[in-house]
Amino acid sequence: MLTSRGSGSELEVLAVGAEAVLLKGYFLGIKSVYKVRVPKPYRNPKLDLKVRRERTSAEAKHMISARRGGVNSPYILLVDPDAGVIVMEYIEGDLLRNILNSLPECRACTLLEHIGIMAGRLHNEGIVHGDLTTSNIIVCRRIGKPYLIDFGLARASEDIEDRGVDVHLFLRSLESAHFRVKDMAFRCFLNGYGKVVGEENLTKVVNKVKEIRLRGRYVEERRRHH
Amino acid sequence: MKTIVLGIESTAHTFGVGIVKEREIIADTRYRYEPEKGGIHPRDAALYFMNIGPSAISEALRSAGISARDLTGVAVALGPGLGPCLRVGATHARAMATYLNKPLIPVNHAVAHIEVGKLVTNVKDPLIVYLSGGNTLIAAFNEGRYRVFGETLDIALGNFMDTFVREIGLAPPYVVNGVHQLDRCAEKGKELIDLPYVVKGQDVSFSGLLTAALRAVRRGVPIENVCYSVREIAYSAIVEVSERALVHTDKKEVLVVGGVAASKYLKEKFEIMSSSRGVELAIVPPKYAVDNGVMIAWTGLLAFKSGITIEPERAYVRQRWRLDDVDIPWFGQ
Ligand SMILES: Nc1ncnc2c1ncn2[C@@H]1O[C@H](COP(=O)(O)OP(=O)(O)O)[C@@H](O)[C@H]1O
Ligand SMILES: Nc1ncnc2c1ncn2[C@@H]1O[C@H](COP(=O)(O)OP(=O)(O)O)[C@@H](O)[C@H]1O
Ligand SMILES: [Mg+2]
Ligand SMILES: [Mg+2]
Repeated sequence: MLTSRGSGSELEVLAVGAEAVLLKGYFLGIKSVYKVRVPKPYRNPKLDLKVRRERTSAEAKHMISARRGGVNSPYILLVDPDAGVIVMEYIEGDLLRNILNSLPECRACTLLEHIGIMAGRLHNEGIVHGDLTTSNIIVCRRIGKPYLIDFGLARASEDIEDRGVDVHLFLRSLESAHFRVKDMAFRCFLNGYGKVVGEENLTKVVNKVKEIRLRGRYVEERRRHH
Repeated sequence: MKTIVLGIESTAHTFGVGIVKEREIIADTRYRYEPEKGGIHPRDAALYFMNIGPSAISEALRSAGISARDLTGVAVALGPGLGPCLRVGATHARAMATYLNKPLIPVNHAVAHIEVGKLVTNVKDPLIVYLSGGNTLIAAFNEGRYRVFGETLDIALGNFMDTFVREIGLAPPYVVNGVHQLDRCAEKGKELIDLPYVVKGQDVSFSGLLTAALRAVRRGVPIENVCYSVREIAYSAIVEVSERALVHTDKKEVLVVGGVAASKYLKEKFEIMSSSRGVELAIVPPKYAVDNGVMIAWTGLLAFKSGITIEPERAYVRQRWRLDDVDIPWFGQ
């Protein structure tokens, strides 16, 4: 399974993510990424297998639907849930996390607006991403456009709660790692998001985000035994 | 001259008075409010604090062998926490500072948990995993503050564990001989049953797991197997989000703070994860992982040396004072 076919080149390690090892190579002659979900030895083996299998299928399935809904994401070439492996198109570019802080403001705003548009399209498609952070967006070097990756926690959902969680996760990734640009970045993101989902949905989601953030998570409301 | 700071903690169930002289802990007095049954009733706790407050302060000074005049300043946890409880600590601290004409130093309780953890374990720039009864939070220093990278979307891990064992009739008491009833009951379990494992980004959620686990018990699934599954799922989810945050932040140390950090099963999982990532793991010993006055004194000392003080008349309590609202100018010094 993990031998590269097509060009005869070897697989090389591209990245060691939080849950997967990513290898770069060729698949059927196409420059590809092999995402291999590795076992987590701290998890019960049965639980571990279940989690990896479910996330692998979810990732492939929702990446395919996302593309159908007009979201830039890598093209899926092969899926093997039992082995925890996905082979997908390689996107040449930079992680948003690594470049956002040094982008010129207007460029950053255009990019964030585009990301907002993609998040909106994904939600309109009935999918939530589940891990929407600046670490899971690649800015393609060739066309300068953002690609969404890492759909392992994606789910089919039309709940405002789940959509709110996506937007909350994105906002928090801005606050925690891009503090200086967070206000501008979030405004541009919502601008794009609102264009796609409409005023009414935008308001609902934004209110939900506020609610999620008031649930006493940052704050220390102590244990109440009812 | 050495800096000596007295710190007062009264954010929830503990009235603590600590005194530090530079890095040395010279007093650590604690009074814990134990409700007769059920949870913490803020007003009763506050009444209790008002009763024991003045003598707790004298006791701390006596055990440090100093007089109040020797203090450089008085620190107090102004939040986050329960309003009535917070106000008692603030009142005592304001009175002391005004009467002695010493600087008053505002301290955030969550920051204090982190700083005392760093003091006793000697880590420098960790990913912080804060697991108490009321908090589940993953944070790390970035651009001048402790930023929040992950948290619970509903209930805190400790609260979740306590609620589960109470609902199935195993508690209170929640912890016996340093072992939580969930861990104890899980020891006899063997089989993993299917319950929701929820991770969203770097966040966890336990409300679905709680409902499903209680339903399984009612359905007659052997209780040991439910406990085992709950423990495996809840602890694995916490370790997984910590690992995600570690990759995201690129920190080289992990500091686990809070009451739940005392669980050896949780510790085992953190050890496996940390060694596979090549990072150092530090778990704050229970004595300093729970609420205490020393952590307020120590953080107060750090803040004071960075020039942070507050006028007593402006020292309001802040029930919802966020961790990432606090500047940490002393970081790295
Ligand atoms: N299709 C791709 N093209 C190029 N790089 C990729 C691709 N997919 C993943 N990567 C790289 O691998 C890293 C981890 O991948 P990701 O899918 O986010 O895994 P994890 O779930 O472990 O975070 C990404 O941050 C990115 O740098
Ligand atoms: N040995 C232990 N193993 C697991 N959990 C524990 C242990 N000891 C205490 N706890 C849990 O830690 C929590 C209390 O932690 P603490 O830091 O004092 O929180 P808080 O200040 O929010 O009450 C409770 O939920 C309690 O059940
Ligand atoms: Mg990722
Ligand atoms: Mg606490």
